[in-house]
Amino acid sequence: MGKVVLVTGVARPLGGRFVRRVQRDPDVERVVGVDAVVPEHHLGGADFVQADIRQSAIGRVLAETRADTVVHLDVTGTPLGSGSRTSVKETNVIGTMQLLGACQKSPTVRRLVVKSSTNVYGSAPRDPAVCTETTAPKSLPSGGFAKDAVEVEGYVRGFARRRPDVSVTVLRFANILGPAADTPLASYFGLPVLPTVFGYDPRLQFVHEDDVIEVLRLSSHEPRRSTLNSGTFNIAGDGVLLLSQCSRRLGRPTVPLLLPAVTWAGSLVRTLGMTDFSPEQIRLLTHGRVVDTTQMRETLGFRPTYTTAGAFTDFARASGAGLLPPEALAGAVDRIAELSRRGSGHLPTQSAN
Amino acid sequence: MADAKVIPFDDDRSRGNGASGTGSGENGGSAAPRPSRRRGGAARRKGATGAAGAAPAGEVQPLPVRGGAAREDDGTAPHGPSGTASGRPAGDDGVPGDDGAAGGDGGLERRIAGGLAFLRRRLTGNYEIDDFGYDAELTDQVLMSMLRPLYENYFRVEVKGVENIPAEGGALIVANHSGTLPLDGLMMQVAVHDHHPADRHLRLLAADLVFVLPVVNELARKLGHTLACAEDAERLLAQGELVGVMPEGFKGIGKPFGERYKLQRFGRGGFVSTALRQGAPIIPCSIVGAEEIYPMIGNSKTLARLLGFPYFPLTPTFPWLGPLGAVPLPTKWTIQFGEPIRTDGYAPEAAEDPVLMFNLTDQVREQIQHTLYKLLVQRRSVFF
Repeated sequence: MGKVVLVTGVARPLGGRFVRRVQRDPDVERVVGVDAVVPEHHLGGADFVQADIRQSAIGRVLAETRADTVVHLDVTGTPLGSGSRTSVKETNVIGTMQLLGACQKSPTVRRLVVKSSTNVYGSAPRDPAVCTETTAPKSLPSGGFAKDAVEVEGYVRGFARRRPDVSVTVLRFANILGPAADTPLASYFGLPVLPTVFGYDPRLQFVHEDDVIEVLRLSSHEPRRSTLNSGTFNIAGDGVLLLSQCSRRLGRPTVPLLLPAVTWAGSLVRTLGMTDFSPEQIRLLTHGRVVDTTQMRETLGFRPTYTTAGAFTDFARASGAGLLPPEALAGAVDRIAELSRRGSGHLPTQSAN
Repeated sequence: MADAKVIPFDDDRSRGNGASGTGSGENGGSAAPRPSRRRGGAARRKGATGAAGAAPAGEVQPLPVRGGAAREDDGTAPHGPSGTASGRPAGDDGVPGDDGAAGGDGGLERRIAGGLAFLRRRLTGNYEIDDFGYDAELTDQVLMSMLRPLYENYFRVEVKGVENIPAEGGALIVANHSGTLPLDGLMMQVAVHDHHPADRHLRLLAADLVFVLPVVNELARKLGHTLACAEDAERLLAQGELVGVMPEGFKGIGKPFGERYKLQRFGRGGFVSTALRQGAPIIPCSIVGAEEIYPMIGNSKTLARLLGFPYFPLTPTFPWLGPLGAVPLPTKWTIQFGEPIRTDGYAPEAAEDPVLMFNLTDQVREQIQHTLYKLLVQRRSVFF
C-alpha cells in the first residue's frame, strides 16, 4: 500500500511545486492538496480539497483521505493575494492548532513535516554569530511572522510530546530565494534602490527553492540509511553573503539611512500597505543572521545543491538588471586597467602620479 | 606625570632619567647598557623608512621575523594594491627602495593591475567572507594598512615571543586589556598578522557593545572579530583559528589611571573552560604601553549612563579639548607573547571542574601580571 500525503498551503507556488514533485515518487499513492483558495497553477493531477485549515473541516479531510504523511507548508510571512496580516497570522497560528488537533485524533498519521523559518532565532547584536538548533534567542521576536513561527513550533513540540508515535520534523528554512520566490526578502531585493541601515552590513544566508522542495521530499519519506529525519533542522545553503555584496551582485545601489529613519519609513510603508516591511525584516537587515547546518548534513543527510551565493545568483539572473549592473562596473574597471597599461608602456613615471 | 608611584615604575624612572642624562638622541651612544633593545629600535626604524634589506637586522634577537616579513610583503605586495586603491602613498608601508629600483616600472605596473583587480572584485561583490563576516581580503589589503602606521610609527610596537604562537591549529591568546579605547586588541591583531611566520590571523572576541554601535560593528565583523561568548569562541577554536580574548573586559579597559598594570578579575574564567573543551593551548600575552594612551583620571557616570556606555572617560585632555583630546598619547608599546599553557592533557570532564578552572585562570593571570612587571622594569620611559 502506498503513502497518502496531505499538503497544506498548495495555492502558493512553493506548495504547488512540492505537490507536483512528490507525486512522482514511486511509493506515493495519492497526494491531497489543501488550501483555502483554489490554486492558479495546476497540481499535476493531485487531488485538491478546498478547505480552510482554520476551521475544523480539516479534521474531516484528514479522516476521509486517511493520510499518513502531513506536510504543513501553510506557515508563511506574506499574504496570498489580497489578504491582510491578521489573516496570515490566523492561518499560521490557528491553522496550525487545528491541523495538529486533527492529526492528534487521526490514527493513520505517521509523519508530520512542518515548514518553519530561521526567523525564530530573532536578530540581535548579542546573539552568537552562528545559531545552532539549540541556541535560545536573546530576545524573542516581538511580532510578525517570526513570532508566528515561534508559536507554531511551540504547538508542534506539544504535539510531538502527546503523539510520540508520530515522527515530527521541523525544518527551519533560511531566506528562501529562487526565480519564483515570493518571500518578503525577495520583494525587498526587487526594489530599484535598496534602503539599508547606515553602519550595519548584515550577514545573510539563502536557500534555493529547488533545495527546499528536495529537503521537504526527503523528510516526508522514511529516513535513508544512517540518517534520521525527525527533529528540528536548520536548512540553509553553504556560505554567507553580506547585504553589501548582494546589492553589488544585483547591481542595485543602496541608500544608507539611519536606523530611526528606517524604522519610521518601514512603518509608513506598512501603513500604506505597499510591502510587508516588518520590524523583523528591519532587524534582519540590521544585524543579520547565520545558522549552523551541521545537523542538516550529518543527521538529516541532506546536501543542498545551491550554496548561498549560488541561490542568490540564480535569483539575480531572474530578477533582471539593476541600475548599476556589475558587468558594466567590471567593464569600466577593465577599461581603466587597459588605459593604464597603455599609458605606463610609454610614460612609466607619469602613471605613478 | 606618567611615571608615578606604582611599584615597577621606581625602577623605570631611574632608568629613564639615566638614559636621558647620558644621551639625548635615542639612537645615540647610550646603546651600551642594553644593546639588543637599541639595535632592535634602530632596525625597526630602518625598516619603516624603507630599507627592507637592513643587514644588521639579522642579529637582532627581539624581532627575528621582522626582516623576513617585510621582505615577503614586498614581493607579493599584499598591501601594495591597497596603497593605490585607498589613495595612500605606497611608501609608508615600508615598500622598499631596492624593490623599486630592481623591479622598476614592472613592479609598479603590477601593483596598479593588482589594485584594479581588487577594485573590480569589490565593485562587483565578488569576494568571499566566512560565517562570522570576516573579510580576509579587505582586512589584508585595506584595514591592516590603515592600522599599520599607528602600529609602526605612532606606538612603535615591539613584539616579543611571537614564536610561542603555534603555526597551525586552534590556540587562545589571553591578554590584558587597557587604554580606555580597545586599541590594544587591534595592535595585537596587527602584531600577529605582520610578525607571525605562518601568516596567521587573530580572531578577537569583542564586547557586545561593539556589535551594537553602527559602523564599529561592521568594521569589527570584517576584521574577523566576533562576540565574546562561549559558542563563538568554541566554533572558532574548532575551526583551528587563533582566537584572542581579553577577559578583563570593561573592568580592565575602563580602570582609572592610578590602577594601571594591575590586572582586574578575569571574568568567571569562561575562556579556560572553552580552551579545555577544545584542547587548545592558552597563550598569555602582556601588552605594555596601552595603559598610558588615555590616562583616565575620572569617570563621568552620569554621561556614561546617558549614552549607554559602561564608562565615560575623563582624561587631562578629553573632553576638554574636544576631538583633539581624543588623540592618544604616543607611548611606546611592547607586546610579549608568553609560553603556551597546554590544555590537551586534561580529561574531557575537566572543563566542568570549577576548582581546576579557577586554578588555571589564576595561573594565566599570574603569568600575565608577572610578565607585565618584568616588561615595566625593562622599560626606559613611557614614550621611548
